[in-house]
Amino acid sequence: MRWLLQVEGLTVHYHTPDGPIRALDGVSFGIGPGEWFGIVGESGSGKSTMAFALLRLIKPPGRIERGRVLLEGVDLLQLSEESMRNYRLSQIALVAQGAMNALNPVKRVRDHFVLALRDHGFQLSEPEYDRQIAALLERVGLRPEVARLYPHELSGGMKQRVCIALAISLEPRVLVADEPTSALDVVVQWQVMETLRAVQREIGAAVLLIGHDMGLIAQTVNRIGVMYAGRLVEVGPTSEILRDPLHPYTQALIASLPSLDERGELRGIPGLPPSLLRPPPGCAFHPRCPLAVSWCRSERPLLREVRPGRWVACHLVTEGG
Amino acid sequence: MSLLEARRVRKVFGGGLWRRAHVVALENFSLFFNEDTPNFTAVVGESGSGKTTLARLLLGLIEPTSGEVRFRGIPLRSLDRAGRRRFLREVQAIFQDPYETYNPFYKVDHVLELPIRNFGLVRDRRTARALIEEALAGVGLRVEETLGRYPHQLSGGQRQRIMVARALLLRPRILIADEPVSMVDASLRATILGSLLDLHRDHGVSVLYITHDLTTAYQVSHDIVVLYRGRVVEAGRVEAVVREPAHPYTRLLVGSIPLPRPDHPWRGERVLGQPGGLAPLGPRFCNFLDRCPFAMPRCQQEAPPLFQFGSERAVACFLYRDQPVLSDDDLADLLCKRTAASN
Repeated sequence: MRWLLQVEGLTVHYHTPDGPIRALDGVSFGIGPGEWFGIVGESGSGKSTMAFALLRLIKPPGRIERGRVLLEGVDLLQLSEESMRNYRLSQIALVAQGAMNALNPVKRVRDHFVLALRDHGFQLSEPEYDRQIAALLERVGLRPEVARLYPHELSGGMKQRVCIALAISLEPRVLVADEPTSALDVVVQWQVMETLRAVQREIGAAVLLIGHDMGLIAQTVNRIGVMYAGRLVEVGPTSEILRDPLHPYTQALIASLPSLDERGELRGIPGLPPSLLRPPPGCAFHPRCPLAVSWCRSERPLLREVRPGRWVACHLVTEGG
Repeated sequence: MSLLEARRVRKVFGGGLWRRAHVVALENFSLFFNEDTPNFTAVVGESGSGKTTLARLLLGLIEPTSGEVRFRGIPLRSLDRAGRRRFLREVQAIFQDPYETYNPFYKVDHVLELPIRNFGLVRDRRTARALIEEALAGVGLRVEETLGRYPHQLSGGQRQRIMVARALLLRPRILIADEPVSMVDASLRATILGSLLDLHRDHGVSVLYITHDLTTAYQVSHDIVVLYRGRVVEAGRVEAVVREPAHPYTRLLVGSIPLPRPDHPWRGERVLGQPGGLAPLGPRFCNFLDRCPFAMPRCQQEAPPLFQFGSERAVACFLYRDQPVLSDDDLADLLCKRTAASN
């Protein structure tokens, strides 16, 4: 497959007095045109850092150490600040978390759009802005009157829709959505994801959906990447990973999901996520892995293709196995 | 012996002298906690359903507009000093965003050491430390990454877990947990809720688990109460309610859960958001009327009472009008008794 967005060896460190925190440690993957790719992982696995790194929004003490982020062959990490600002929103956009403070509480919904559009060189008359904004709001199922409201006058689901409308305002090629529905009620979650699906179909963008809710991710994306301690440990088609997870961490993650079938023992993953300041040597999952052997403690497993389309970073998974 | 009981509590916000628009946050709700039959009850509902109002009423943080909350038979407002102290010890709370619970000038250790000292849980420092470490492990926290830090140095999920650890430490008789794991990863939720379940099973602690997450509610609780715009729409044994939801709203809720199974389609309701449309419709309507695919003329004339459906649940919907009508206290009794039988 020809990738639309190709990430190679992306590495981000947060520099603290105690040493660098390796939030993202050589992550590589690709997303095809119009594809939905999901990244799942626990807090601290580096998934949010990934979202910010792709848009070059990492702030000190964080720093992108190395790697490439190729959008149709153009390395975003090599662009000037000025060109990157143009790329953001028009080529790659972040769907912010509406429930968090993504919207400025003292600005009306309309002002958010006007600022974003002006920032990208649009000089429209007021009625033209109104028409544009009404059209964008309509795309996400909101009435034009919403433009006049302040964020606090909107429900959580409406705020999230406004954030989607903002992200698609310049029809970017890639949408990055970091936990877009995590603070919403289930019924509203479904509505917001339907909205995202509908606008994605309209503008044909590829979507990188980041989250910890395996259920929501599984219902939405074609392929999943599982992150652990700043690295991708497994990548593959959603249905295959859920049916037959290969990495012991993915297996534990899936086993820990509460289901609506059997009630009974809740199985968390034993142990704690590793410290990214002093990650364990070898495979970062070995202290929690029920299958670990001495090799896992000494040598870091690399992400390799063990079956067509199935990538896994584990010494114990054999080729074709 | 009744530990804590809410009898037909009702809470109205707003209104007052000039009869301005008021919102019924919770309508005639009854729930009993008994000493000898501890229960694990989930209260689920969306934002605006009244679930947090219920927690605050039970904790005595707000006064009911009508009805009464009693601790060991005495109304909360009439508790004397000793009774109040006992209430504070025996009824513990975990809140959704615990940031405000912390004093920013104290290290988080303080939150854990204070109750040990106040309630004289142990005699010496070493046992206290061991107790704290055990409680932190129960919520998946590493001692060296939590103790000695200030609240702002921890994530929301970590702060939330420390509040759970504190509750584990105190071994209350009743734990009122309002979205205790909302900021925690799915994979860790299992660990923390497992700790609450152990507390219930091994130490007979009653737990009221308030959440919008039906899946975990189904996993840990015996009973479930589904609230919608301040009223109970369905309540009873969790297996029955979640596996075969009866009320149209419960059906919608269960259907909207994204399951990690691509073969199981994710369904939903195509209703577009209305600005602030969460106020109840009024006493003469079913609150779900405007979203209900089964609405009948009768639903616009009166609010449906609770109908008993099967032996272990109640449904507030006229689809079940042939069934016997239950009072609010009957429902509270039903939840209590059923728990007694299953334990």
